[in-house]
Amino acid sequence: MTLQITEVCVNCWACVDVCPNEAIYADRPHLLIDDAKCTECLGDHAEPQCAAICPIECAIVGELGDPLNPPGSLTGIPPATLAELGLLAAGGR
Amino acid sequence: MELPVISNAPAEKSGGCSASGCGSAPEALAHLPEDIRRKVQDHPCYSEEAHHHFARMHVAVAPACNIQCHYCNRKYDCANESRPGVVSELLDPEQAVRKVLAVAAAIPQMSVLGIAGPGDALANPRRTFATFRALAEKAPDLKLCLSTNGLMLPQYVDEIARHNIDHVTITINCLDAEIGARIYPWIYWQNCRLRGVEAARILIGQQQKGLEMLAARGILVKVNSVLIPGVNDAHLPEVSRTVKAKGAFLHNVMPLIAEAGHGTWYGLTGQRSPSAAELQALQDACAGDMAMMRHCRQCRADAVGLLGEDRGAEFTLDRIDAMDIDYAAAMARREEVRAALLGRLAAARTPAVTEAVTAAARPVLMAVAAKNGVVGEHFGHAREFLVYEASPAGVRFIGHRQAARYCGGADRCGDGDAAPESILERTIAALAGCEAVLCAKVGIEPWGRLEAAGIAPNGEHALEPIEDAVRAVYAEMAAAGKLAQAAAERKVA
Ligand code: SF4
Ligand code: SF4
Repeated sequence: MTLQITEVCVNCWACVDVCPNEAIYADRPHLLIDDAKCTECLGDHAEPQCAAICPIECAIVGELGDPLNPPGSLTGIPPATLAELGLLAAGGR
Repeated sequence: MELPVISNAPAEKSGGCSASGCGSAPEALAHLPEDIRRKVQDHPCYSEEAHHHFARMHVAVAPACNIQCHYCNRKYDCANESRPGVVSELLDPEQAVRKVLAVAAAIPQMSVLGIAGPGDALANPRRTFATFRALAEKAPDLKLCLSTNGLMLPQYVDEIARHNIDHVTITINCLDAEIGARIYPWIYWQNCRLRGVEAARILIGQQQKGLEMLAARGILVKVNSVLIPGVNDAHLPEVSRTVKAKGAFLHNVMPLIAEAGHGTWYGLTGQRSPSAAELQALQDACAGDMAMMRHCRQCRADAVGLLGEDRGAEFTLDRIDAMDIDYAAAMARREEVRAALLGRLAAARTPAVTEAVTAAARPVLMAVAAKNGVVGEHFGHAREFLVYEASPAGVRFIGHRQAARYCGGADRCGDGDAAPESILERTIAALAGCEAVLCAKVGIEPWGRLEAAGIAPNGEHALEPIEDAVRAVYAEMAAAGKLAQAAAERKVA
């Protein structure tokens, strides 16, 4: 029961400030989620907070590497366009 | 806490004073009440006069954002708002304070410290206010300001007032949620990501409420709008009117910067940026309602120095650590420099012509065919005239008058076949109330017509700075005994 941050993270710290469990910590090259602390926000919020504020598609993934914000879901830029431009982030790890 | 570096890409060269937006362009603040003018007289971002002399810096302590704009892609850094280019060094509050104190010691013209990103100042309240709190204590002479998208503004207005932050910039692109939904794909609000018109309605509501609350507390509010052709262009004059009515003292319309390479939604969907002419036309349309800021340089979130320059590279953390700084002496030095600069600005504003001008002299309106801050345009080429008032108290900018253009070419200025009567008549009518028109050159035909209309053409101050020229002409009028007569008598005479 824990989420993870992927290499497309831009280190904007937005998730750190909204995590109810202080589960997100600084690391290189990007922030990480402490599996011992992350509860996926169950009991605190309806949505996992890190994923609700994260501006980067595919930066936050579930246990199976499934992105909570898949390509196109935040920017509205169609995945096909992203792929064409080589901007499509690898979802998961 | 350590904020990792987003990118080390080299700083983009920020545009220095562009030819048209700078120089002694009209002082946009002339109409403001005295107390506000006093507050902004040494603020480089608000006062066109001050921006040549006083320096500002931004510290990048606010990485997080709580909304998405279609002109921004957090992966590539926002090209709009106050942060084009790349923010190379994110700072924690303690580092930011050290940097500010070091810069303020090295650049005694430093008068303003702002927090503008790279995310949203109020989406990072802990980092933003910790920085302000420490600076208010250690460098109380610096003006503090912040920029925000407004979403969290109502919640933090009291805290803003407590930290003695006297300038806040809100980016307001629309009042209409339908338009907003075409600009903002989502907001983070009360623990949820909201989308579409509902999200835009909340954001707009928070912006307007925040603006009203700041105004009620006497905190200066500037409004920034990004001009997006086909989306909010027709709507911005209404934005301008509304924010003015609610107490904003300045409105700054900035062009959308959208290129596919920026990776933004607008960039990738072919939304175009406005042309310079569109921007100018919109600024003019809004200027009727309130002061427009035309010298804004859209600086980076970590900009350091005078507007148009960025000395950030001189003040990296390693270099700062190696500096040996006497903070108290630095503050005293800033005070001296500030007093000297304000003195110089005041002296430049108040005429050195008072020998000829008696206190009883009447004020005179003059029109100027200006170019780049000087009397630089031919009468027949001028698209607009800047109107100044000269009086014993000094010279001040009054407004713009649109000209009807009639001159076909540089060498036929005003006396060729391209001068239909009606155009000249319309221009002369637009200059009603002015007693002189200063330009680089006037043709014979308009010369006679202007004189007949009681407007003295004057080409003797070509290429002089506008205010100097207006002052000189006023002194000449005084010396000729023209200022004792009432304006009405003069017309007849
Ligand atoms: S899912 Fe919730 S608890 Fe887990 S890291 Fe994200 S915000 Fe923290
Ligand atoms: S909000 Fe997303 S991009 Fe920002 S630091 Fe967290 S995981 Fe990274």
